[in-house]
Amino acid sequence: MADAPHIPDEAETRARWGNFAWTAENAEQVKTIIARYPAGRQQSAVMPLLDLAQRQVGAETQTQGWLPVPVMEYIGRQLDMPYMRVYEVATFYTMYNLAPVGRYHVQVCGTTPCMLRGSDDVFAACKNKGLVKGATTPDGLFTLTEVECLGACANAPMVQINDDNYEDLTYDSMSAVLETLAAGGQPRIGPQIDRQTSCPEGGPTTLKEMVTENHDYRGDWA
Amino acid sequence: MTDAPAASAPFVGPLADKDRIFTNVHGFQDWGIDAAMKRGDWDNTKALMALGQDAIIDIIKASNLRGRGGAGFPTGMKWSFMPKESKDGRPSFLVINADESEPGSCKDREIIRHDPHKLIEGALIAGFAMRARAAYIYIRGEFIYEAKVLFAAVEQAYAKGFLGKNACGSGYDFDVFVHRGAGAYICGEETAQIESLEGKKGQPRLKPPFPAGAGLYGCPTTVNNVESIAVSPTILRRGAAWFNGFGRENNRGTKLFQISGHVNKPCVVEESMSIPFRELIDRHCGGIRGGWDNLLAVIPGGSSVPLVPAREIMDAPMDFDGLKALGSGLGTAAVIVMDKSTDIVRAISRLSYFYKHESCGQCTPCREGTGWMWRVMERLRTGDADLSEIDMLHQVTKQVEGHTICALGDAAAWPIQGLIRHFRPEIERRINERGAPVMEAAE
Repeated sequence: MADAPHIPDEAETRARWGNFAWTAENAEQVKTIIARYPAGRQQSAVMPLLDLAQRQVGAETQTQGWLPVPVMEYIGRQLDMPYMRVYEVATFYTMYNLAPVGRYHVQVCGTTPCMLRGSDDVFAACKNKGLVKGATTPDGLFTLTEVECLGACANAPMVQINDDNYEDLTYDSMSAVLETLAAGGQPRIGPQIDRQTSCPEGGPTTLKEMVTENHDYRGDWA
Repeated sequence: MTDAPAASAPFVGPLADKDRIFTNVHGFQDWGIDAAMKRGDWDNTKALMALGQDAIIDIIKASNLRGRGGAGFPTGMKWSFMPKESKDGRPSFLVINADESEPGSCKDREIIRHDPHKLIEGALIAGFAMRARAAYIYIRGEFIYEAKVLFAAVEQAYAKGFLGKNACGSGYDFDVFVHRGAGAYICGEETAQIESLEGKKGQPRLKPPFPAGAGLYGCPTTVNNVESIAVSPTILRRGAAWFNGFGRENNRGTKLFQISGHVNKPCVVEESMSIPFRELIDRHCGGIRGGWDNLLAVIPGGSSVPLVPAREIMDAPMDFDGLKALGSGLGTAAVIVMDKSTDIVRAISRLSYFYKHESCGQCTPCREGTGWMWRVMERLRTGDADLSEIDMLHQVTKQVEGHTICALGDAAAWPIQGLIRHFRPEIERRINERGAPVMEAAE
């Protein structure tokens, strides 16, 4: 949107990624993915394949990954789609990175439910650690993006960093998450306060038997 | 199948634990198939299917289940629109909408990561009832952990023989596939979701043809919300009368409420439809932050519905008709609570930014209008505007509303209309406070 990605030079990109091919493991995965859709409807697989490719690029570059043009062309050939059809999918959905990102892609939700619970503090914690919206830190570690609602509103404010959610954040706990990642550690995933998922803080108001045992309530059905 | 109990006053909560459908909603226990079966999922599903397709649809109709994705369309009726036989060999599809992206909504996430087998069993039963060949569950891309759980849960169901050829020993062949999105709110709109499933940009289609006639791959398709599908096996097991025992007429059943914002303990909780707002908040959320006198306004159904000021919502029933009467809606029952510390104009302006970001760009009124509305909202936030611009903004929302292919334009317009309707004096105050010295300086 406003911060359009800085798409790298095409010649360089081709030199680096022109020979992109699936790893053996991903090639198997591709077959499974295409088999989910009816014969002749392989175009449906374009989204999962773009995701898989982004992950493979990420693994090769030690980042969250992105989608160089030759990689999108490769997927287009595989699915018998014109490159432009692949490209317009890649540009339409926000989870496809059109430019390289850092090792950790810090996606802070800024939509109203998180804003009400203090996403400004989460952004402040990022700023204090040198993260700038739409940019990658000079050490290549963090890319900060403000994203729209990620669907964890009862645990607001929250951030998604690569594949993991960190929820119920404060300025301090967000700082701690970033520090742990920078030090090569793995912060605790999920709520950063003493809380079970989206259960009310301090313990459930309902279904209390479930806390300690896999209770079957059918015995109480009238 | 029986009608609602003859009780004169409808039951409006609190719900007893035995009547909760999603017993593992908070994930204290394992989501896996063995634990889920101990809680009652996949319990003789074959017998439910043996009721027959028409009988299943009749029970769902009689239960008065209304779609849980926001619009509240009767689920049984939707299923009945599907063709009973294929005249030209086209198969039918069920698409389950797990693209939960409405700001405030976080219920499908809990169902998928903690009770996925309720959804998968529901997919089989609903798919069977509408004579579908397969179900595609479209889960939003950002639900990465949830998608992992769902893929694994589907595999478990195949391994037990509950899906695939002769699913559950019923003689019916049915597949369930999971498809991950990649970050686009608009793919929660049913025809955009179908486009996306076909591997295209998620831009809504013109209707007609409706999906029940020509949907996914041009085949008859029904798109249902996760919660609508996941409650259906329990409705069949306990009967339409049981489900009718909760909530007011035309608003029956139980519902996952998702409370966020300025309450002491935000949470997701299953309650009876029509539960009074005050009861919902006091019982499950520890009250409003700073007490009830500190309540400013509530967005009761996710970002798309207009806000309701404190005095009107406090004792209102939380259901489709009760909130409609307040000029708002139940939507997905995503309750966003705002106390008096809230910058209400900023809160709504942030939603305008959301819609600007998420407009797919297909229809001009929405593509241009959402950006325009956001820019004006930002100026109203700081008071850098003229009083006449409030009416102009209202007029523009009316020009966007109803003039686009899908409802995103409406959804962008309504929060602003709600703000102007209820908080006009606040907007005027900002303009007046900032306006006076600026005018002098200009002279």
